[in-house]
Amino acid sequence: MDEILEILEKDARTPVEDIAKMLKKKPVAVKEAIRKFEKGGVILKYKAVINKELIRDSGSEVRALIEVNIIPQKDVGFDKIAERIYSFPEVTSCYLVSGTYDLLLIVEGKDLHTVAQFVAEKLSPLENIRGTATHFLLKKYKEDGIILKHKEENKRIAISY
Amino acid sequence: MRQIISKKVIDMQPSGIRAFFDLVLGMKDVISLGVGEPDFVTPWNVREAGIYSLEQGFTSYTSNKGLYKLRLGISRYLKHRFGLEYCPDEEILVTVGVSEGVDLALRSIIDPGDKILIPVPSYVSYGPVSELAGGVAVYIDTQKNNFKLTPKVLESYIDKKTKALILNYPSNPTGATYTKKELKDINSVLLKHKIFCITDEVYGDLTYDFEHTPFATLSGAKENTLYLDGFSKGYAMTGWRVGFACGPKDVIAAMTKIHQYTIMCVPITSQMAASEALAGGRKSVEEMKREYKRRRELMVGGLNKIGLTCHVPQGAFYVFPSLKKTGLKSMEFAQGLLKKEKVAVVPGTAFGPYDDYVRMSYASGYENLKEALVRIERYLKTL
Repeated sequence: MDEILEILEKDARTPVEDIAKMLKKKPVAVKEAIRKFEKGGVILKYKAVINKELIRDSGSEVRALIEVNIIPQKDVGFDKIAERIYSFPEVTSCYLVSGTYDLLLIVEGKDLHTVAQFVAEKLSPLENIRGTATHFLLKKYKEDGIILKHKEENKRIAISY
Repeated sequence: MRQIISKKVIDMQPSGIRAFFDLVLGMKDVISLGVGEPDFVTPWNVREAGIYSLEQGFTSYTSNKGLYKLRLGISRYLKHRFGLEYCPDEEILVTVGVSEGVDLALRSIIDPGDKILIPVPSYVSYGPVSELAGGVAVYIDTQKNNFKLTPKVLESYIDKKTKALILNYPSNPTGATYTKKELKDINSVLLKHKIFCITDEVYGDLTYDFEHTPFATLSGAKENTLYLDGFSKGYAMTGWRVGFACGPKDVIAAMTKIHQYTIMCVPITSQMAASEALAGGRKSVEEMKREYKRRRELMVGGLNKIGLTCHVPQGAFYVFPSLKKTGLKSMEFAQGLLKKEKVAVVPGTAFGPYDDYVRMSYASGYENLKEALVRIERYLKTL
């Protein structure tokens, strides 16, 4: 992967000037490369990673992993039915996977009931869906490479040769 | 009065800044630029290998020279990375950090009165350890040439009693390092006068403007060089204490003799972990380097702007700014900065007669460094 992308993937707020210094490039060149990535759809958007475990009041959300078994359709395979499913805003991620089921979804809702309702009323009745299995997430340890716990304190001694 | 302590040790120069270190260690919420180790913890695959080895019951001694698997790994790594060939059986010794390597090397080569050349400012141990081994430490000031040794100056220090040069690059405390051309010229002088070369290249992974050249790769240098390196800086493994020495068979054999009587072997857990570090590849090293580069720019730019002039260090993670404009001596500056702004730096006197300098480490988070610069600037205004 391009080094600029590696840096931004780690910290999207790294200033262009810093990236230029890290890679020994001119800031204009870095800026231009980023613009190209954005235009070409390589960089889709920039967002904050929020540790929702720490937000008590703001209507904490419930997430579920849902395995979906599908009967593929002629000509379009899984794509058509996948599109029908991932178009629901409740579905935050949707993957076609190998193994005993076909689609893996991540679904979010404000509580258990909402998610259960989505599965019962929106997902299961869809044509071509053979069955679903819902796993509610109980605790997040790590997400997208980020470990969700308080930073460990620095154990180095404060001064040494 | 009873006289237990040897005269040699009594005569050893005590580190004048021990008291200052204790002061720092006793204070809370200090931003420390005084640290000589990376601010990353050891990569998880390496830590996990250490834990696993304990679970498997690897708790015994190893061969004096170190686990064969680790020596083989080191040999392959050097061949692959630098085209440098050392035989794992006879030319590699695993040591307790580079520190032990330095000690063994000096004790192996010094006869009473032999002179050891040490470019300064330098890491703290070279002088005292040379003298403990019965040698004479000869310090070569490099201040005038951006903290680099030049062939001409080197030659002017060589006489009949000169045995070896200790060359540490990239350097702790200045971050100075050498291009291949500069090293070649130094090598020519050493070969001409038959002076042995001990290189401490533990910061070799951290060079920013050009590739690191191990001294032993230079033409004719391998048989005349002891190459010391370790896992501390490149793999953030300081506390594991694993280093290695590579060199001519006779030197490694001599060092192994002392090592087997004094240390026996490096702890097996550390050796197992180091072995994994080599196997695990260099991805994390490259990432670390990129981050250090950005911090270097921040520190050098920031310090020069507020009047603490410093050179651009080409390696390691230190800057060595001059205090001349402040009119303060290094200890006074460091104590004031610690008390008024809670920023810790190491006085230049730790590394030789450099009372007009301090060492600052940028092995600290970017935001921390920014804050430190703000505080240093505020401190300078109070002077």
